[in-house]
Amino acid sequence: MLVFIFRRLLVALSVAITVSIVSFMLLHLSGDLAISIAGPESTAEQVEQIRIDFGLDKPMVYQYFDWLWSAVQLDFGRSYYFQDTVMSLISDRLPVTLTLGGLALGLATVIAIPLGVIAAIKQDTWIDRLALTIAVIGQAMPSFWFGLTLIVVFAVNLHWLPAGGNETWQHFVLPAIALGYYAMPAMMRLTRTGMLEVLNSDYIRTARSKGLNESSVIFKHALRNAVIPVVALAAVELGFMLGGSVVIESVFSLKGLGQLAWDAITRNDYPVVQAVVLIIAVFYILLTFLADVINAMLDPRLRVR
Amino acid sequence: MSDSTSTVSTAPSANTFLPVVPEWRRMMNRFLGHRGLLMGSIILGLIVVLAILAPWLAPHDPYLQNISQRMIPPVWHEKGSWEHIFGTDKLGRDYLSRLLYGARISLTIGLSAALISGLIGTTLGVLAGYFGGRVDAVISYIITTRLAMPVVLVALAMSALVGGSLQMVIILLGLLLWDRFAVVARSTTQQLRDAEFIASAKVLGASTTYILVRELLPNILSALIVVMTLEMAHAILLEATLSFLGLGVQPPMPSWGLMISEGKAYMFFKTWVIAIPGIALMVLVLAINLVGDGLRDMNAPEGRN
Repeated sequence: MLVFIFRRLLVALSVAITVSIVSFMLLHLSGDLAISIAGPESTAEQVEQIRIDFGLDKPMVYQYFDWLWSAVQLDFGRSYYFQDTVMSLISDRLPVTLTLGGLALGLATVIAIPLGVIAAIKQDTWIDRLALTIAVIGQAMPSFWFGLTLIVVFAVNLHWLPAGGNETWQHFVLPAIALGYYAMPAMMRLTRTGMLEVLNSDYIRTARSKGLNESSVIFKHALRNAVIPVVALAAVELGFMLGGSVVIESVFSLKGLGQLAWDAITRNDYPVVQAVVLIIAVFYILLTFLADVINAMLDPRLRVR
Repeated sequence: MSDSTSTVSTAPSANTFLPVVPEWRRMMNRFLGHRGLLMGSIILGLIVVLAILAPWLAPHDPYLQNISQRMIPPVWHEKGSWEHIFGTDKLGRDYLSRLLYGARISLTIGLSAALISGLIGTTLGVLAGYFGGRVDAVISYIITTRLAMPVVLVALAMSALVGGSLQMVIILLGLLLWDRFAVVARSTTQQLRDAEFIASAKVLGASTTYILVRELLPNILSALIVVMTLEMAHAILLEATLSFLGLGVQPPMPSWGLMISEGKAYMFFKTWVIAIPGIALMVLVLAINLVGDGLRDMNAPEGRN
């Protein structure tokens, strides 16, 4: 088990470094950063001055290692636009995004797993079809549009919940629903398929023929096995949600990491963009790593790979 | 295609049991028997026809502004008129005409981005699956790295640097969405690598390129087409998201995401300005997903869900 964890950790670390190289290169190759920072009305001398001030005149490899060396010490430099260090901007905003992501994932799980189990038990009945319809619609709806619709219905027309901001817990309800509905269908479908597969397996037939009651068969024997892939998916979904929160945060004016990234992108504030991309990638890598470990604990067969 | 198909169709006809029924006929029956596939194909076909015929069907010029005709509600509204069936936007442009031309943008982006990413992902996946060993290790690592990069953020950051346009969005999404193609191509290739028809092609002295392109590819094509539909839907939703955030297709083009973004300021009192393009997006993505799910069921009838 320890060897397994160590090997996975090594891969995770090297993936994180690769992501940082790729995102660094993407930003630097997409255009001349000095010109973007200086703005359209600047003179050639001003652009040159900025190039020197921000160290953009040095070779890219040098710039990268310079950046990486600071990043390892959790120093991402200063923001070009906000009068603050990138690190303090991020630590201000991260809790909001993590709260949103956690709530959305919790909501998605609480709905997806029971719905998937019921759909599998009642396969091909109207309940099954209803569950699939809910999933199919969730997959087709653009999350920003669903968010706007929630605002129109629950904030503007019914006055139940606030439309935007992040002062109280009520402010997180609508964004969490919008983001959670986006993650729910995949988990629901996976639970359902997993349950169907497990329920048709030999050991469940054995359990039934032993005379175990149905709820014990379903919850003790079937669900435990069917839920293994869902755990991995949930971790991956949380990673996607942190990355996708930029859209939901902009719709609901939540001051989280996504909004910070968007502000930074529209203002050519590259140190911030670079740092946010890396942090979200690291979260994703950590989550998939955790999912691997949890899976290996739940299912010993996976450890030998 | 497997031959034991008859039990899975929702409405099996007696004909499917008879061995004399030709293959295309059996496929046809299965197609018609799958309600989701049939419905999805009809809706998608309709949208494609509407998009192609947009110049002849659109009642007005989608770019023509008319200040005296601003924000006219749709025809079902008491103040609506048949002159503008879906009303007009804040610049007095006919909403129905913009919607029809917008379908062209969504379909073009979905199809082109999926083709580019399909080319990249399939190449990587087939190479990894066929050669295995080191090639597989390297390509699997590339896939893992790609999965760790937050798509929405990277796409936003790059299009901010390069400048949003239809072509840019297509290229960006094409370069970002190849992961699922690679994963599926890799695993299906692994399954077929040791098949007899591949071995006999080798014995006959066929070149590796010939084996991969002429022998292997046709046999994994059906799985790839399913991925293609999923990625088309994915690309269409992402384009709408980018355009909604102002970093995708630029005004005055009638992208549905952009229409929602432009209508956002009016949505509280004139709900239809965001409802109409949002529902259009949802119906299109829903239809594509239904076709994809249906095709998957036809490929692997046992795992229908």
